Amino acid sequence: MFSKLSRKLNLFALTWRLPIIIWQFVFFVGPVLFMVAMSFFLVKNYRMTEAFEFVNWSKMMNRGYFWDSYWYTVFIAAVSTVCAMCIAFPAAFALAFRASDSTRRWAIFLLIIPFFTSYLVRTFSWFVILSESGVVNAMLGSIGLGPFTMLNTNFGTLVGYMTLTLPLVVILQTVTMANIDKTLVEAARNLGCSAFRTIWQVIIPLSKTGLIIAAIFCFILSFGDFVAPFYLGGSQEPTLPILILDTTKSGQQWPRAAVVAIMMMLTLFAIAFIGIALAYRKPKGAK
Amino acid sequence: MNANRTLNVILGIYVALIFAFVFAPIIFSMIFSFNSQRFPTIPLGEFSTEWYAKILADPDVWEAALNSLIVSTCTALIATFLGFCTAYSDFRYNFRFKGPYLALILLPPTIPLIIMALAMLAWFSKIGMSGQLYSVIIAHSVLTAPFAMAVIRLRLNQMDPDLEAAAWNLGGSEWQTMRSVIIPFCKPAIASALFLTAAVSFDEFAVSWFVSGLNKTLPVIILEIVQGNIDPQVNAIGTFVFLISMTLVVLAQVFFASRQLKSIRS
Repeated sequence: MFSKLSRKLNLFALTWRLPIIIWQFVFFVGPVLFMVAMSFFLVKNYRMTEAFEFVNWSKMMNRGYFWDSYWYTVFIAAVSTVCAMCIAFPAAFALAFRASDSTRRWAIFLLIIPFFTSYLVRTFSWFVILSESGVVNAMLGSIGLGPFTMLNTNFGTLVGYMTLTLPLVVILQTVTMANIDKTLVEAARNLGCSAFRTIWQVIIPLSKTGLIIAAIFCFILSFGDFVAPFYLGGSQEPTLPILILDTTKSGQQWPRAAVVAIMMMLTLFAIAFIGIALAYRKPKGAK
Repeated sequence: MNANRTLNVILGIYVALIFAFVFAPIIFSMIFSFNSQRFPTIPLGEFSTEWYAKILADPDVWEAALNSLIVSTCTALIATFLGFCTAYSDFRYNFRFKGPYLALILLPPTIPLIIMALAMLAWFSKIGMSGQLYSVIIAHSVLTAPFAMAVIRLRLNQMDPDLEAAAWNLGGSEWQTMRSVIIPFCKPAIASALFLTAAVSFDEFAVSWFVSGLNKTLPVIILEIVQGNIDPQVNAIGTFVFLISMTLVVLAQVFFASRQLKSIRS
């Protein structure tokens, strides 16, 4: 970049451009690259020594528990994404097409609130609400049902994931659908298209990009969360984030945790890449 | 038309249910924080401020609160400065490698926090900066700068690019124009970004937990209490944290929205 200094590049321009470059290289690119390097380090007598060995990689890749955990995490994050997208859709549809502008703005403002409340406290709250003698079972018990075991199950994990992702997914879906051209929707209806066919063949294709981005975010959040599977799912089947946590916090095996982290990042890159390619692919027949 | 009415009612109820699900844990946590039972269920126990008294008497909580305050204030200042620099560079200049430049600041929030936590912990240990309060501040600045950048960039979008050029034509240097045109114009967004980044930092627990060492912040204290057993103190601390975060978010919204309305009117 400095070999070909453009004429406009003066002290003023550099003042605004350089701080972030330096800062992010030292404190963002640095850590990430170091983590990649660390995955080749050795641990001897509980001390990490710099090396270039593939032993951590071969150890982790040949362990059954790693792959069990890997596929379980992919599976539960995918289930979470499908649930969040389906649960959010009718609400987003209502807010985008049936609500007034001011209602929609208030709804979005309210949905932003959860992002600024402690996710830990909310999870803890669910822990108490969903327990054997908690609020939900007490209510179900009063009409003669239950008690149901909800904690330490996949259901518990999913409730946690929904707490984390549902507000964001509803917001993204609402904003996307509110921005599509309403006249196209009306035209479809006037031409005799049924309501469901309008949703399926007009609204969803028109908001495809936004919907896919919502799904990608939902997957990233669920895939990387350790709180819900740990506290609500009971971590019987540890997810990858829990694996990182255990390996780092108790075992001092940072290089192996780095291997797990890199595998997670590669998976997320692949999913984001496929998702974005699908999101921006032109529909068949379009010019 | 009647079918349409019915559908609207059904959709209305559905939206209400979604909101109930989203807000249930927040509201229950507040109710539980005033509930005498150690293990709350229905019917609720008596009203009690026991848990609040307990946390207020705990020096660890006070120290963590102070740490959180320091971390979120410093994070807000650094992240907003970085966000402003990037937003202005993006607004004003076109240059080679602009894509990677923007990716550099916008990427961190898309990486799961647990991975950032591990990477930061390892890196800070390597360069001898781990376990300090400033480690948390640095890590949080990286994580929150994109939010500041987004808020300020949106504000710059509303500025007429000719405004800057006009100031130059009238003889103002680039620095003078920055000080007396751009920064005043961005003030509401800067205020908004400060509160927003402070709020995000105030709630973050994964990275704080990994890099803070013995300098625990409030969310880290919550994490440790939750790990132990059922303890309604969590609800009391949570309610406090919620009130502080909400105040910050509302302030951020007020600053951002009020000026937007003004600029639309004028």
